[in-house]
Amino acid sequence: MPEKKNTTKKVFNLESVLKSKGFSAFMAALFAIFLGLIFGFIVMTVASPANSLPGFRTVLLGGFRRLGDVFYFATPILMTGLSVGFAFKMGLFNIGASGQYTMGMFFALYVGFMLKPADGIHWLICVLAGFLGGLLWGLIPGVFKALLNVNEVITSIMTNYIGMYLVDMLIQSNGAMYVPSKTRTAYLPQSAQLPPLGVDNSSVNISIFIAIFIAVILYIILNKTVFGYELKATGYNRFASQYAGMSGKRNIIITMAVAGALSGLGGAFAILAPSTIPGSSMTYEPINIIAANGFNGIAVALLGNSSPIGIIFSALFISHIQRGGTLASLFGYKPEIIDIVISVIIYFSAFSMLMKSILDRIVKKRREMRTKDHAETGGKDDPDADNPARALDNDKKGVN
Amino acid sequence: MKKPVFPVHDIGMAVAMEDYIIEMLNITKEFPGVVANDNITLRLKRGEIHALLGENGAGKSTLMSILFGLYQADKGEIRKNGEVVRINNPNDANNLGIGMVHQHFKLVEIFTVLENIILGVEPAKAGFLQKSKARERVLKLSEQYGLKVDPDAVIEKISVGMQQRVEILKMLYRDNEILIFDEPTAVLTPQEIDELMEIMRGFKREGKSILFITHKLNEIMAVADRCTVLRKGKCVGTVDIDKTSKEELSRMMVGRAVSFRVEKKEAEPGDVVLSVRNVTVLSKTHKKYAVKDVSFDVRAGEIVCIAGIDGNGQTEFISALTGLEKISSGKITLCGVDISKASIRKRSKAGMSHIPEDRQKYGLVLDYTLEENLVLQRYWQLEFQKNGFIKSNAVRSYAGKLIKQYDVRSGQGPITVVRSMSGGNQQKAIVAREMDKKHELLVAVQPTRGLDVGAIEYIHKQLVAGRDAQKAVLLVSFELDEVMDLSDRILVMYEGEIVGELDPKTTTVQELGLYMSGAKRSTVKEF
Ligand SMILES: Nc1ncnc2c1ncn2[C@@H]1O[C@H](COP(=O)(O)OP(=O)(O)OP(=O)(O)O)[C@@H](O)[C@H]1O
Ligand SMILES: [Mg+2]
Repeated sequence: MPEKKNTTKKVFNLESVLKSKGFSAFMAALFAIFLGLIFGFIVMTVASPANSLPGFRTVLLGGFRRLGDVFYFATPILMTGLSVGFAFKMGLFNIGASGQYTMGMFFALYVGFMLKPADGIHWLICVLAGFLGGLLWGLIPGVFKALLNVNEVITSIMTNYIGMYLVDMLIQSNGAMYVPSKTRTAYLPQSAQLPPLGVDNSSVNISIFIAIFIAVILYIILNKTVFGYELKATGYNRFASQYAGMSGKRNIIITMAVAGALSGLGGAFAILAPSTIPGSSMTYEPINIIAANGFNGIAVALLGNSSPIGIIFSALFISHIQRGGTLASLFGYKPEIIDIVISVIIYFSAFSMLMKSILDRIVKKRREMRTKDHAETGGKDDPDADNPARALDNDKKGVN
Repeated sequence: MKKPVFPVHDIGMAVAMEDYIIEMLNITKEFPGVVANDNITLRLKRGEIHALLGENGAGKSTLMSILFGLYQADKGEIRKNGEVVRINNPNDANNLGIGMVHQHFKLVEIFTVLENIILGVEPAKAGFLQKSKARERVLKLSEQYGLKVDPDAVIEKISVGMQQRVEILKMLYRDNEILIFDEPTAVLTPQEIDELMEIMRGFKREGKSILFITHKLNEIMAVADRCTVLRKGKCVGTVDIDKTSKEELSRMMVGRAVSFRVEKKEAEPGDVVLSVRNVTVLSKTHKKYAVKDVSFDVRAGEIVCIAGIDGNGQTEFISALTGLEKISSGKITLCGVDISKASIRKRSKAGMSHIPEDRQKYGLVLDYTLEENLVLQRYWQLEFQKNGFIKSNAVRSYAGKLIKQYDVRSGQGPITVVRSMSGGNQQKAIVAREMDKKHELLVAVQPTRGLDVGAIEYIHKQLVAGRDAQKAVLLVSFELDEVMDLSDRILVMYEGEIVGELDPKTTTVQELGLYMSGAKRSTVKEF
């Protein structure tokens, strides 16, 4: 029975491939994205049936027309994604990425306006300042967790608000940074802006490479170093890490500080990006809004399964959908609808773990069908047809 | 009924005549790198106690998990009362009256006993829980079968023995008639084991059929009617218990004769390695002291055992000794270093190895690979890291060495995720790691829990070899045979105090029992 042999083989392979850990996480992410897209499409259809097809096409493919922007907008969420994912490896939920992001941005701005070092290194110092700002802001929940056992989620939420109000206050009271008539910050000097990559009409700049480089470094830290070994061990089993003599307190503080620094870099990269209009720059409006890029980082990390390499791709994907979504407003979709579609896609995508269990169930179903299939085909020429074991016996002969 | 057309391994082939409640026919199950079950046939008669015996990793838990619907067999079929059934998940198993007590319990730690028992089959009226009815039923069952539990106690606060009774009640509450016990006695004290044997006999009288996994041949000889032996995934055969002996069973299982006695020469105690003075530990569950004013020495070259009934302060004492918990007063010295307040890492560096009581909670990172777990105490040493980078080649070859030396079996060797390994092999990995680590004192809590007779023989030999190499060994065991055989001195702990020091050569098990139950105490050496 040659054909039967083939089908058996194929299903079996699918199974074993799905069982390998990395691959099944990847498949789950793809499946999650797929479902998210379907729901996004449904939302668009409900909102405006006539335009739904071309509109959805733009959401899907529009990003390819603006590749520079895809990379540019991917950079900050790549950083916040890495921040959330890194802490998550240790079992910490860094919901404070927004506050750390805002702090990093403020530190970068401050150095951008207030210090005037040599031209070549100005932006570099701004970036380092952003790193430091985020680090300090991540340190707070880390210290509270390690020394006083206060849940990091609670402290992070508070530091989000404190950070945002503090930054808004400091900016508004600083004459050199703030333009009250426009309710935004002044233009940064050229020297503080990141070197662009020279893509027309796009702010894409060197920071995307820095971000990818950092992701690779994090991958190495997590998988090749003693610190990574301790960090993951603690994330998997706190008790065993204690038993093995690891210093949980120290590791919590370091992890949160690193996570904060990563978000801080995200904020710095966002605000220091070069403007496409000469003589201007990116600006910040201190209008008491918590930075959305921090929360997007959570979705990015979930979709990327907290793995630094996975997060590179999930950040690019989410940025791609966001770009496409923006372009879809050309078809008359209100920005709010586009926001809903994007959120639906992002949040569905973030359910990849749920998808994994659904996938597993599908595999199981297929296996059952295979067994039944054999029982039925066996029935045509076999007196023992109603006995699946007999059919399985046939199966054995077929394979051997 | 049609006669099966495949070969049958069973001894005595009067298939059609016998009253089988469950038949597992030609079951094959593969995992990456290992065939866990290879064409296994097992038949369970109605109302019998059927033991399942085999080395660590032989495939016992896998076979039972297939019957319980946790795994699906790659090949083979399951019949109940002669009819083919398909068991895709534990719910299906439950509907067929099949219940299981797992090797590692599956209880919700923060729920009460009652909530755990009714979980999934909660009696409800218009969406509201009807707990009082459930409670009545649970109390009735608990009385009927002598399973004492407190329905309102929270799981994480009760003893392992009671947790197991909860698992058993879960099965009874669901009216299961086929009961699977996966190594139920590994975690029990001898008294609790006797009780469990009696409970199982009670089930049998009620007409329930039981599948019983254990590594303890005495238990099989005591309660089982028949026994199926597995070796490396294959079925060796099924034997009637009244026609066999412990020796034959162990030979079937391991393929060679196993010695049940520990051979050892006279101990030659050297210098004091561990000295414990007036150590007191506060209890976490109640306001009293869990350990009260304990003092003793352990010398190089001797095995000292702390004996006692579970719950008399041994766990708390060991936690304090190894640094998992704080002592409230007293002094602990290891090789001349005061470690009373030292961190766990410092204690480890001072020469302490620790085989923990709870292997899955403390001993292993289940989601790490075997090789990562084997260096859990040593990854920071220069042998395994350079400038903060793990030397993966060194880890790999070290793991290979331990795996071979201690015969740790797994599907994919060093890169097997420990969660997928069999319980006994998880234990072997811990024992290998702790015994191989450079140490002066080995604190071994139940080191042979869940191991097969061959592995126990090997570990015992290693412990004695360590002793002969002038290591100090502090053993905690509930296994009276192990206590009597292995130790050079026995300290009995009762209600947090040392109530006697006994010499195993001049003491009887009965006398030891009197001390353990608090009926007898003698003056202990003053320090
Ligand atoms: N989920 C799994 N994934 C991969 N391999 C597995 C899995 N479960 C079991 N195995 C492998 O199958 C084999 C049999 O394991 P099983 O747990 O059935 O042994 P066992 O007879 O119960 O042993 P023990 O006495 O140690 O509990 C082992 O080699 C184990 O590594
Ligand atoms: Mg097992």
